[in-house]
Amino acid sequence: MTAVAGLRDRTDSETVFTVEWVPGTDLLLGICHCGARRRFEDPVELWDWLLRHPEGHVNPPGSAEPPPPVHEPALSR
Amino acid sequence: MGFPVKFARNRWYVAAYGNEITRKLLPRTILGEALVFYRTQAGQVIALSDHCVHRRFPLSESHLDGDNVVCGYHGFTYDPSGTCVAVPGQRRIPRTARVPAYPVVEQDSFVWVWIGDKDKADPADIPRAPWLDHPEWTSVYGMEPLNAPYGLLVDNLLDLSHETYLHGGYIGTPEVADTPIRTEVDDEQQIIYVSRHMDDAACPPFYAKSTGITGRIVRWQDIEYHPPCLYLLHSRVAPVGVLPDADGSDPGGFHVEVVYAITPETENSTHDFWAVARDFARDDEGVSDFLRESNRTVVLQDVVALNKLAEVLAAERDGYQELSINIDTGGLAARRLIAAQIAAGEGAEPARAPSTAATG
Repeated sequence: MTAVAGLRDRTDSETVFTVEWVPGTDLLLGICHCGARRRFEDPVELWDWLLRHPEGHVNPPGSAEPPPPVHEPALSR
Repeated sequence: MGFPVKFARNRWYVAAYGNEITRKLLPRTILGEALVFYRTQAGQVIALSDHCVHRRFPLSESHLDGDNVVCGYHGFTYDPSGTCVAVPGQRRIPRTARVPAYPVVEQDSFVWVWIGDKDKADPADIPRAPWLDHPEWTSVYGMEPLNAPYGLLVDNLLDLSHETYLHGGYIGTPEVADTPIRTEVDDEQQIIYVSRHMDDAACPPFYAKSTGITGRIVRWQDIEYHPPCLYLLHSRVAPVGVLPDADGSDPGGFHVEVVYAITPETENSTHDFWAVARDFARDDEGVSDFLRESNRTVVLQDVVALNKLAEVLAAERDGYQELSINIDTGGLAARRLIAAQIAAGEGAEPARAPSTAATG
């Protein structure tokens, strides 16, 4: 049982937005291609933020702790 | 942002399966444009506007003379480029006597047609679904008419949590709705990925009967959507604990490629092409029959639901408020990409016969 090789490989695109469902929570983590990260409860607000890049994408790439967004609830980590 | 209704022009769309196009004239409306398809004697697929330039009679109600279409009303005769080569009763053929011809490409069992400005049509832009005619895979397929805007089918396919509720007993189990998803949007390549990996899930009949697995399974669903038309679901199932090898080979996994082509017919109807390709039990006709009937049943469950939903939405006042939650992340991304594609395609007008056409 083999897969057709290559089709699932990602491209080298530099504009990939990622949204992860944070394990054990109802929160979504948006990750911009610039490295900015922010958590949301609402996917609509999340996409509004991601697609406003670079506006509001201020935390430095690789930052472990995203800045507290306006709509983000307190998190227990 | 609501689901899309308007069309993204300057795009390739699946118009038919290759085996639907023969020496018999086939009418099919794509993005509101009435087309007629046929094969030349050499086997090339031709797509022309379905309306004779003279009095708009459907060419699909006409007949072929060699590679030319002869209008069944007055005999206007068109070659494969859409150029009129004969009119009745006179030797002079009006300069404007032609019908639009559409770029077509036959690939991966599909016939793709370009809707938009012809000079922008690049076959390299067509996304691939190679399993459908790959010698190491076996496919079953079909097409169901959907009386709903194509955007409702996009919503449906980008959020597979509905399998638990709408397709229970076929492909849905509780774990599908309960498992978080990961979404990626490649803005540059215009691809949306939605992944749901279940480590320990019940095996629905669709997979239990086709693979022979009797216990619980690892079930991976990896969506790869190339808006607006091509949707791929890379599905992997295996007994619990059986994962691909470190080198990427996967001798213990069963792979199913579920392919949809979402082609708008009108703003309120859609051609719902579906196919299921597998890399196991490839010569087992019983498995093929089972997967064909099961998947068609699942598709028809969606069709019934979406037809009802379309009726509800058509009766609602404009500006109703939707509610979106985490499961909608991929669908929302698709809406945004398609909205951008619609905007990019504006100005590419529907193909029309010359308005000054006359019989001379």
